[in-house]
Amino acid sequence: MGQVVALSSLFEARQVWKGRAVSLPDSSQPTGWPALDEALPSGGWPEHAMTEILLPADGVGELQLVLPTLARLTREARSVMLITPPYLPYVPGWEARGVMMSHVDIVQAGERDVLWAAEQCLRSGSCAAVLAWPLQADDRALRRLQVAADTGKALAFVFRDRRHAAQASPAALRLELESEPSLQVRIRKCRGGQPPAGMLPLAAGWS
Amino acid sequence: MLWACVLLPQLALDGVLRRQPPTEAPLVLVSGPAQARVVHAANRSARAAGLYRGQRLTAAQALLSQFAMVEHDPEDEARWHRLLAAWAYRYSGEVGLLAHALVLEVSRSLNLFGPWPRFESLLRDDLKELGFRHRIALAPTPHAAYVLTGVHDGLAVMTPDTLRRALLPIPIARARLPDDAAQALPSMGIRTLGQLFALPRAGLQRRFGSELVAQLDRLAGDEPSPMENYRPPDTFEQRMEWTHEIEHVEALVFPLRRLTGDLSAYLAGRDGGVQRFELELEHRSGPPTRVTVGMLSAGRDAALLFECARGRMERLELSQPVVAMRLLARDLPPFVPAGRDLFDTRPTNAVPLEQLRERLRARLGEASIQHLRRTLDPRPELAQTTTAGVGATHAISLPRPTWLLHTPRPLRGPAPTILAGPERIETGWWDGGDLRRDYYVVRTAQGQCAWVFCAPGEQGGWMLHGWFA
Repeated sequence: MGQVVALSSLFEARQVWKGRAVSLPDSSQPTGWPALDEALPSGGWPEHAMTEILLPADGVGELQLVLPTLARLTREARSVMLITPPYLPYVPGWEARGVMMSHVDIVQAGERDVLWAAEQCLRSGSCAAVLAWPLQADDRALRRLQVAADTGKALAFVFRDRRHAAQASPAALRLELESEPSLQVRIRKCRGGQPPAGMLPLAAGWS
Repeated sequence: MLWACVLLPQLALDGVLRRQPPTEAPLVLVSGPAQARVVHAANRSARAAGLYRGQRLTAAQALLSQFAMVEHDPEDEARWHRLLAAWAYRYSGEVGLLAHALVLEVSRSLNLFGPWPRFESLLRDDLKELGFRHRIALAPTPHAAYVLTGVHDGLAVMTPDTLRRALLPIPIARARLPDDAAQALPSMGIRTLGQLFALPRAGLQRRFGSELVAQLDRLAGDEPSPMENYRPPDTFEQRMEWTHEIEHVEALVFPLRRLTGDLSAYLAGRDGGVQRFELELEHRSGPPTRVTVGMLSAGRDAALLFECARGRMERLELSQPVVAMRLLARDLPPFVPAGRDLFDTRPTNAVPLEQLRERLRARLGEASIQHLRRTLDPRPELAQTTTAGVGATHAISLPRPTWLLHTPRPLRGPAPTILAGPERIETGWWDGGDLRRDYYVVRTAQGQCAWVFCAPGEQGGWMLHGWFA
């Protein structure tokens, strides 16, 4: 064993640098869920980036997570694209939650064109948010979406099954929804900070 | 009044050359009866080999062993001439057609398009884009502008005094005078317009008739020029044909870009847009292949039109080689340019939303983009529609899901917990689509909130109709 050196003396001599987390600028895209905003390092959705939402099953409350954001964007007359949603968006339900459907485009694409369409929409720069439900998406395809979201300065939301949780993902934010015993969300990865441990309960509402 | 003249020295040749990507291969237009074919026009590489206009075809073939030959079609040339008139109509309301030239009254257009040098470069850029060689001059009378373009490209004469001085040294042979005078005057020792202007008018009138004197007056601006104003037609039709057959769709892309560019130039002149146009691909035999290109709203941007048409064309399987292509646009609705908000937060290089939609439609199909709106129908299946119209605005206070299943299906698994309900929907008697259901909001064993219905009065046999996702 060599000589024992006190850590504090190394710091004082400035021979060792300590890295500090760079604080992120605050996001201008609040999620509409105060508890979630608080837990996220930027205080909202990561801007110009992709958010991946992992689901245990369809219809557990994934739309409730994003509908406040979509309502805010469409009321600002900004465009939202839904790429191959798994079911029909039901207009009375969406409108009851404040979304203006005239600014929502529903794009029906074949299984192989989903990612292409999502990338085109993101890259165009004329959509505020793009929601996609790809069935097959590998790391490479998701990275393309992440880059496209950055180019087009748009919010990308990708909804995938929970079994993809083990895969690495280039998404800036990864959320996992749990429906048991009540709707709650776990932050699996977030850019600019350690993901908080534990689950955040979301007020599950059906009305 | 100020008149700009655009002289098109190689109109027929340019019309042929622009059908295909630029090449350096020698090409000539031939005309004349079968026994005495003559060269009507030759491109640069053919001229470099010694071919010239009016040469006998046999002499040309002796000089150059291989060159492409295209029959000169006066009708084709006239069509290009009219297309350019339609283009020029964008810049001036008074456009006249002269042989191989266009004249435009520009004194008022200058207010809009800026001083003449800038305006001139606008014209030149457009013509270069369209693929026509040109010479441009400006003068206070249309005939003087016409004469000056032939002598000096780019000359701009603004006032009648300078015009007279500019006309003086012009040789008689290039002054576009009536034929008999143009031939006779040089042999009399009159070689320039200056000498001609100095001659007594009465004598000239006796010797050459009133046409020459009138022409001189029109040149100097002493007499107005009779000219028929061009009016653009109400439909657009342009056709391109090739001497060879085209077998691959990729080879049609270049002519397609030309045709859509022409359509865009025509629409800009008319200040109109196009929402639907047809492409006809003609074959040696059999009916032509028709491709209809439709857009969501009227547009006229050349890139947009081209991209839409190409998207449709690329999905095409050619059963036979193509010998000609025709673009037809009959329905030309008014064009409303998309306004952009001053406080628009989108990035400046954003693709316009319309263009994005067109791009998606071109690849994914016509019906791939939908907008949903609410209807007044209380039946859940009919409460929304994709057709355009005014949506219902009344508020619904009853629970409604965010996902709707295309068709209801039985809810499997353990018995769900009822959260709310029943809400009876019993309606549809007017069109035979009666339904009588009790809707409930339930919570499934997996924790999903579902919108289910069952027969009235029963609480079982659940049919799943939506998710409160």
